[in-house]
Amino acid sequence: MQSFYKRHPVWSIILLILIAGFVWLIATPWPPGLEQVLGRKRIFLNAVLSGITLGALYFLVASGFTLIFGLMRNVNLAHGSLYLLGGYIGYEVANATGYWLLAFPVVFVLVGALGLVLQHQVFRRMEGEELRQTLVTIGISVVLADIMLWIWGGQSYQVLSPDWLSGPMTLPLVTALRSNGDPVYLTYPQVRIVILVAAIIIGIAMWLVLNRSRLGMLIRAGVDDRDMLAASGVRIQYVFLAVFAFGAGMAGMAGIVGGTFQSLTPGEDTRFLLASLVVVIVGGMGSIPGAAIGALIIGLAEQLGLVYAPTYSVVFTFLIMAVVLAFRPQGLLGAGR
Amino acid sequence: MTYVVRRAEPTQPTLFEKVPAIWWAVALLLIAMPLFASNFVLFQIFGWTFILGMIALSLMFLAGYGGMVSLIQMTVGAMAGYMVAILGTSGVPTISLGWPWWLYIPVAILIAAIFGTLVGALAVRTEGIYTIMITLAIASAFFYFTRQNYGLFNGYTGFNRVIPPELFGIDWRQATPFYYLTLTCAALSYFAVVYVSRSPFGLALQGVRDNPRRMGALGFSVTAHRILAYTFSSVIAAVGGILLVWQNSQVSPGTAGIPQVIDILVIAVVGGIKRPIGPFIGALIYVLLRVYSPDVLLAFGLSGERFKLVIGLGFLVIVFFSPDGVLGLWEKYKARRAAQTDPLRGGRS
Repeated sequence: MQSFYKRHPVWSIILLILIAGFVWLIATPWPPGLEQVLGRKRIFLNAVLSGITLGALYFLVASGFTLIFGLMRNVNLAHGSLYLLGGYIGYEVANATGYWLLAFPVVFVLVGALGLVLQHQVFRRMEGEELRQTLVTIGISVVLADIMLWIWGGQSYQVLSPDWLSGPMTLPLVTALRSNGDPVYLTYPQVRIVILVAAIIIGIAMWLVLNRSRLGMLIRAGVDDRDMLAASGVRIQYVFLAVFAFGAGMAGMAGIVGGTFQSLTPGEDTRFLLASLVVVIVGGMGSIPGAAIGALIIGLAEQLGLVYAPTYSVVFTFLIMAVVLAFRPQGLLGAGR
Repeated sequence: MTYVVRRAEPTQPTLFEKVPAIWWAVALLLIAMPLFASNFVLFQIFGWTFILGMIALSLMFLAGYGGMVSLIQMTVGAMAGYMVAILGTSGVPTISLGWPWWLYIPVAILIAAIFGTLVGALAVRTEGIYTIMITLAIASAFFYFTRQNYGLFNGYTGFNRVIPPELFGIDWRQATPFYYLTLTCAALSYFAVVYVSRSPFGLALQGVRDNPRRMGALGFSVTAHRILAYTFSSVIAAVGGILLVWQNSQVSPGTAGIPQVIDILVIAVVGGIKRPIGPFIGALIYVLLRVYSPDVLLAFGLSGERFKLVIGLGFLVIVFFSPDGVLGLWEKYKARRAAQTDPLRGGRS
C-alpha cells in the first residue's frame, strides 16, 4: 500500500476520491437533485448489492480457474462445465435429502474427483502443450455439455434455499427519508448476503492457506518456478493434483450457489467460463486478490450497466477488458512476467 | 573437325506435370459434380463445406502460418453477413439501406476486415493461450451485443430474406449456381492462401511464428506482420460469412454464437492446421457428421439429438491422438508405410 502510494501519488489520490465518493453515495440519503439524475437511491443500492453478490459468485468460479492456470499453465476451458455439473448434482442432492448444506461437501468431493481424473488422465499426458490442452478441454466441455443436456434436459432448475435463509433482511443502509424524517432502510434477500459473507470468508481462507501454510508455500513456489521446485525434491505432481481437485471442487460448489440465486440451464457453462476468463484477464492470471478485484469490477459493471444502460451492459464488461489489455496486458494485479 | 555433342535439353516440368495427378482428379470431380449429384448434395453438403472450409481456412492461415489461434473468424464472417443485410436488402426494410450489390459487397468486406484488424491489434498484444481467451471473449461480446441491440442489428431475430443479387439473370440461390459460386470462392481463397504463404510476407510471417525475437532483430516489425495477417484472414472469413448468410438467407446472433465459434476451431483442427487443404477436409467431415449422424444414431436406437456428442467425441479422439488432425494421421500412415518398405530401415523391400 505504502509503496503504491509512493510510486503513483496522483493515481492514489484519484482512487481515494473515487472510493470516498462511492462511500458517500452509499451511506447518505441522496439530495433531490441527484435523484433526478440517477433515479431512486433504492434502485442504485440494489444494483450495487447485486453487483457485489454477483462478483462474489464470479470470484468463487474464477479463483479455481486462476489458481489452476497460475500453477500449472493449464487452461481448463471445461471449467464452466464443472460449474454447471456441480450445480446439477447439488440440485439432485438437495432435492433428494432436503438438506441444502449437505449438497456442498457432496458436490465438492464428486466434482473434485472429476478434476483429479482430468488432471491425472488428460493434462499430465500433455504437459506444456498449451494449444493441445485447450483443444482437448474444449472437446471435453462440448461432450460434457451434451451429456448434461441428455440427463437433465433443456429446462431450467433452481436449487431451493432452506427456510432459514429465505426471506428478506434489513440492512443498515438508508435509502431515503420519510416526510417525518425517519430513515427508510434497505431490505435485501438474506440468502445473497449469506453467500457474499461466505465468499469473503472463503477468499480470506484461501489467502491464509496460500500465504501462511506449508502447502501454500509449495503452491506459490510452483507458480514462481515450477522446474526449480520439482528439482528441489517436491513431488510436484501431487501438488498439481491437489490444486486441480480443489479448483474443480470450488467450481462445483459455485454451481450450487449460482443455482440458488440464479438458475441452472444449458448455456450457463459457457457464460460462467466466459465470466471467469474476463475476470482473470482483468484481475491478472494466477492471483487470488486479482480474481477478487476482477470479479468485483465485472459484477458491478454488469449490474450497474443492466440498470442504467440495459442495451450496452455487455459492452461495458468488454470495454473494461479491452482497456485493461491495452494499458496493463498482464492484468491489474498480475505479475509482470 | 568439331564434334557437336548434343545434350538432351533439361526439360522444365510443365504446370500440368508439376501438380500431382490426384489433384487434377479432385478438381475434375468437383467441376463435374453437378452432372450426377443431387441438389441437396450440391447446396447443403458441398456449399456448406466450402463456406465453413473458407472460414476455417482463415483460422488455419492465422494458426498455421502465424501461430495465433484466433476464435474471432466466425464473428468476422457474421459481421460481413450483417453488413450485407444492413447495407443491402433484407426482410427488415426499416433498417436495410438497399444499396446496389457492387457497393455493399466491397463495403461489407471492408468493414469486416477493419473489425478483424482491430480485434487483431488487441489480440496480438497477447500470446498463445491468452489469444484464444481474448478472441473468445470478444466473440461472445459480439454475440450478446447483437442480441441486445435492436437499432442496428435487429436484436434476437436478426435479418431474414437476405439473398444474393440476381446477376447475369441467374438466381444464385439455385443449387448448381450456388455450388459453382462457393466452389469458385473457396478455390480462390485456397490459392490466395497458398500464394501468400510463399510470398515474402508469408515467409516473414512464418519466421515471426517460429522466432519473433530473431525476426525483430532482423528488422521485421513483428506486430505489423501479425496484424496484417489478421487483416488478410478477415477478408477470407468475410467472403465466407457473406456466402453463409446467402445460403441460410438469414443472419442472426446465433450465426456467430459461441458453439458456432468453437465449431470453426473444431473444423480447422480436425482437418489439420498445418496445411491449407486441411480446413476443407475438416469441413467435409463436420458437415457429413452434422447432416447424417442423426440418421445413424437413430438407426442404432439412440436419439438423433446426440449428434453433438458424436462430434465432440470424434474431436476429442482426434485431438488426443493426433494433434495435426486427419492430415497428420494420413502422414503418420504414409511414414509407416515408407519405413516398412525401406530395406535400409528393416522393412521388406
